[in-house]
Amino acid sequence: MNAQAIPASDAGYNFAYLDEQTKRMIRRALLKAVAIPGYQVPFGGREMPLPYGWGTGGMQLTAAILGADDVLKVIDQGADDTTNAVSIRRFFARTAGVATTERTPAATVIQTRHRIPETPLAAGQIMVYQVPIPEPLRFIEPSETETRTMHALGDYGVMHVKLYEDIATFGHIATSYAYPVTVDGRYVMDPSPIPKFDNPKLDRSPALMLFGAGREKRLYAVPPYTRVVSLDFEDHPFQIQQWEQCCAICGSGDSYLDELIVDDAGSKQFVCSDTDYCAQRAQQQESRP
Amino acid sequence: MSAAEQLLPATSVGTEPLFAVRDLTRLYGPEKGCQGVSFELYPGEVLGIVGESGSGKSTLLSLLCGRCPPDRGSVQYRDGAGDWLDLYAASEAERRTLLRTEWGFVEQNPRDGLRMGVSAGANIGERLMAQGVRHYGQLRAAGLDWLQQVEIDPARIDDLPRTFSGGMQQRLQIARNLVSSPKLVFMDEPTGGLDVSVQARLLDLLRGLVRELDLAVVIVTHDLAVARLLADRLMVMRRSRVVESGLTDQILDDPQHPYTQLLVSSVLQP
Repeated sequence: MNAQAIPASDAGYNFAYLDEQTKRMIRRALLKAVAIPGYQVPFGGREMPLPYGWGTGGMQLTAAILGADDVLKVIDQGADDTTNAVSIRRFFARTAGVATTERTPAATVIQTRHRIPETPLAAGQIMVYQVPIPEPLRFIEPSETETRTMHALGDYGVMHVKLYEDIATFGHIATSYAYPVTVDGRYVMDPSPIPKFDNPKLDRSPALMLFGAGREKRLYAVPPYTRVVSLDFEDHPFQIQQWEQCCAICGSGDSYLDELIVDDAGSKQFVCSDTDYCAQRAQQQESRP
Repeated sequence: MSAAEQLLPATSVGTEPLFAVRDLTRLYGPEKGCQGVSFELYPGEVLGIVGESGSGKSTLLSLLCGRCPPDRGSVQYRDGAGDWLDLYAASEAERRTLLRTEWGFVEQNPRDGLRMGVSAGANIGERLMAQGVRHYGQLRAAGLDWLQQVEIDPARIDDLPRTFSGGMQQRLQIARNLVSSPKLVFMDEPTGGLDVSVQARLLDLLRGLVRELDLAVVIVTHDLAVARLLADRLMVMRRSRVVESGLTDQILDDPQHPYTQLLVSSVLQP
């Protein structure tokens, strides 16, 4: 398929696919979410032209906040060129006619699944996360009414039960993604399936973070410069993943690495999961004499 | 003899009551539920509630522990600082805090009182974590200590409760409740569903722990032998009312109310 075949913008759709009333409803819910950091606000989720689990929640949020002069970046597992990222980017290019980019600093809205870009975010940027299960207490308390009461009363002792089980079973906190955090000292929040490597980037970030769960029809937010603390034990403090290797392409020693099997003999290579960050670094190294 | 006359405190207890109940009523229909129950419980005292099925024992227990609001009447508890707290006037947050710190609840079926999906150690540590203990080493030590106290092999701390026998699950549930050193524990037929030898061991353990920790206990049972072993005082319920109450030995040896006489005489003598 070639890119020229797709019209830059399709006038048959309302701007950014959703109708104006729906976008207003989502924006109202977003305002509430920003006012109460980490609190899950229900919203009237709409059918999107792709299945649940493919980012319907994130897309509805993006549609609601997108303006004509926004620049959109979409990443999936850190990469700009994976199926999900490419199709969501094309979807908004077609229905909203907005500019898209792969460069993190150039984007005003970044929709993501699994990663926060390695390039530090700036004030004015908005991150939109696609969330599968918004409820951090779900694994231990299946009842929705009960989890809501627990949130209301700040009854979060059970969150540590899971971490305790990890240490008892594996000797260390083995939860490596969707690692629960406390937002602004109040609500415990599931930061969607980002690796815990990215948790520290949430803390006091200058960018606005919005989280949307399409199937469960919940959204929540972390406003800029909000305190976000990962849960841990005094004698087992929170730690992020570390690698002995550096990226095979750009040589970065402090980014999140993907392990690739490169041949039939099982040889391995480690490369940055953030493709934009990796490409920028490689380019800089080439241009340097 | 009316229910109100026989409110004598047991012998070895403090001077001020820990728990006071006035005219507690919750009816689902005429004589269905419980009505007009008043009593006081002193620190370290064990109160047994006996009666036939449908007499309102379990309704009374859920009223007492804050699970179901009464139609009428009050439940008051004197907390650690010596202040009286009205259970149903307090906020839900206060009620929950109370239930997981100074109170305990031992369910009839241990599967209702335990988290079956997490290890024994996590079950014991949960109350401590809810109270803000964030030190894994301390949680672990408390888990090992309590397993030993309820006579479970400490080596099984990382096993799931579903791999435990019924009696062990019940003992684990007791450990899970007692780890926060509560002052008042509610028990709903703690020995129901266990075979006789396991029952005897559990009762032995409970009796030891109650004396050692100076616990006040409200225990619901239909087994008069359990009541005789554990309870200092008894309340006999029938058709939503307390028909007789007093010291356990007094009631079992010299029952006054015709229903109590029937109940006592219907116990099989081996």
